[in-house]
Amino acid sequence: MTGNPPRTLFDKVWQAHVVRTGEGGASLLAIDRHFLHEGSHHAFAQLAEKGARVARPDLTFGVADHYVPTRRGAGQAIDPAIAEMVERLERNTAKHGIMLFGLGDPRQGIVHVVGPEQGLTLPGLTMVCGDSHTSTHGAYGALAFGIGASEVAHVLMTGTLWQRKPKTFRVKVEGILGPGLSAKDIALHLIATIGADGATGHALEYAGSAIRALSMEGRLTLCNLSIESGARCGMIAPDETTFRAIAGRPFAPKGGLFEQAVEAWRQLPSEADACFDREITISADEIAPIVTWGITPEQALPVTARVPDPARETDPVRAEAARAALDYMGLAPGIALADVPVCRVFIGSCTNSRIEDLRAAASVLAGRKARVPGLVSPGSSGVKRQAEQEGLDRIFREAGLEWVESGCSMCVGMNGDIGQPGERIASTTNRNFKGRQGAGVRTHLMSPAMAAAAAIAGTLADCRPFLAGRKP
Amino acid sequence: MKPFTRVTALACPLPIANIDTDQLIPARFMRRTRKEGYGPVLLHDLRFEADGAPKPDFPLARPEYGSAGFIVARRNFGSGSSREAAVYALADFGIRAVIAPSFGDIFAQNAVNNGLLLVRLPEDQVEQLLVKLAAEPAEITVDLERKQVEAPGLALPFTLDPVWRTKLLNGWDDLDLTLSHRAEIEQFMAHDASSRPWMMPDRSV
Ligand code: SF4
Repeated sequence: MTGNPPRTLFDKVWQAHVVRTGEGGASLLAIDRHFLHEGSHHAFAQLAEKGARVARPDLTFGVADHYVPTRRGAGQAIDPAIAEMVERLERNTAKHGIMLFGLGDPRQGIVHVVGPEQGLTLPGLTMVCGDSHTSTHGAYGALAFGIGASEVAHVLMTGTLWQRKPKTFRVKVEGILGPGLSAKDIALHLIATIGADGATGHALEYAGSAIRALSMEGRLTLCNLSIESGARCGMIAPDETTFRAIAGRPFAPKGGLFEQAVEAWRQLPSEADACFDREITISADEIAPIVTWGITPEQALPVTARVPDPARETDPVRAEAARAALDYMGLAPGIALADVPVCRVFIGSCTNSRIEDLRAAASVLAGRKARVPGLVSPGSSGVKRQAEQEGLDRIFREAGLEWVESGCSMCVGMNGDIGQPGERIASTTNRNFKGRQGAGVRTHLMSPAMAAAAAIAGTLADCRPFLAGRKP
Repeated sequence: MKPFTRVTALACPLPIANIDTDQLIPARFMRRTRKEGYGPVLLHDLRFEADGAPKPDFPLARPEYGSAGFIVARRNFGSGSSREAAVYALADFGIRAVIAPSFGDIFAQNAVNNGLLLVRLPEDQVEQLLVKLAAEPAEITVDLERKQVEAPGLALPFTLDPVWRTKLLNGWDDLDLTLSHRAEIEQFMAHDASSRPWMMPDRSV
């Protein structure tokens, strides 16, 4: 009988980190984990200008991912301008005594894959990174969000960050997901339903039986895409699946400390009668394998549908947006999505490059040949080793796809892995924005199984027939 | 940071929704340092043809908008990547405020941290402004003290987070404020380290 209102997962993590609340309601939060990557150079420049030191190097970790070459075997030439970006990160982290998982480190990978893999991502933590997909780590019940360079500099200098408390928004997904479907389909379905700004200003919590049933990999994919609906972050209450995934990870607590942590983590889930500012429920059996047809993740439809006709859109602003999207994408209204030919596939990115994603793609590709070229980039060097142990690399290679090293690669193309203008790419990434994968490139977002199906069909394709009779 | 009180300047209409930060600054330009300036590459692929010639049908590419101080755009402006360079590009071009129905959250925070004002107006008012600006290039005034956008024949009040407004009016950044609470932060962290010892990364292996 404390008289305190029942709290949500988000409320609990937030309140535990408030150092003080300022005038006007912004709170100064203590930050438990801060990840850096090559893009942090602006923040280090701000630090250098002020002659400041890093307040919490013990909680700060650097990862080389955005610019790393994915073809980096012996004798492979590296563009000096790109090498300089990786070296700048090496210099900056070394100067401030920050641990770096750099090029050549067996722990290197995409920051949002490495954090969980190394046991740096834990329930109940506040986590930030100068990268919008930091929302990924919320899959463990952490409050994790992307920040800009000035905020990166602020966290480096103080170990804290001013934040305005977002509103809360619970998305319940109930029921059982159909065969061949994955967290990617849940996420794209949600974004298409609420819009690319549908959760702006909100902290999402994913709940319901379909979420509980997701593996850690699936939960990471779902939380990763929270930002594509505009949400500040996405969270999932930690449970036995979470604890099992953490136990034994290199930087995770061990022994008695682990037991103590699990005790604390069990207190985190939202209380039964906690109130959310908004709430929606989605029935899992309404979700179909989804592809995007436009230039924002909200422009998404089941692969069995047809390209929409802007003339039928009643809202003039939406109609114009659809027209502009179809113009960029080179698509005619009314054609079946499954008839749209693709030029290339990409399987990778912090959204879909974990071992389970690679297994899903491999189960479609095994014993088959891709009709189009494609690139498979595992999410971390660790994922790469595991995939090779399982023989997945052979399946990709035998299908005709290129198996390369880990990095952001074609998700953003900063390392030079880009498509040609006009090329249409079936991609497991998170953004189908104009030019994201290279100037003039047309991106269709989808799950790993769907990208693998597109590789075989040479068109956008439903993965389900390809999975019939196979282990999902 | 330049304080923002009352600014009168040319407003460039961009009747486009979802102008994400990849549009505002394509990834390939992000190796630049701030000193090199991001203004010339603002909205690069929308503004310029592959050969570098300005695209005549894109308003911001027209010479008359070279001195624009405002952009008026449709919903979800600045969504996507957290790249602060998107704000650098706008600021370095000379844009002091963007007016739209909604903005990406991280972009909005980055904007405040660089003295760029984001004005949220209801969709119908933004459409009204866009129609006016499409008819002929016009100067408008954004008054942050009175929280009002003034265009010929229009006065549109807006609201803004009070903390952000104070920061923008004064050109303040957070750091000095935070450092004034240093003792409190250290105390919090010391207490936290003893109550959540499992939080520290285990470096023993
Ligand atoms: S994989 Fe893509 S979205 Fe993820 S961190 Fe890298 S660039 Fe960002």
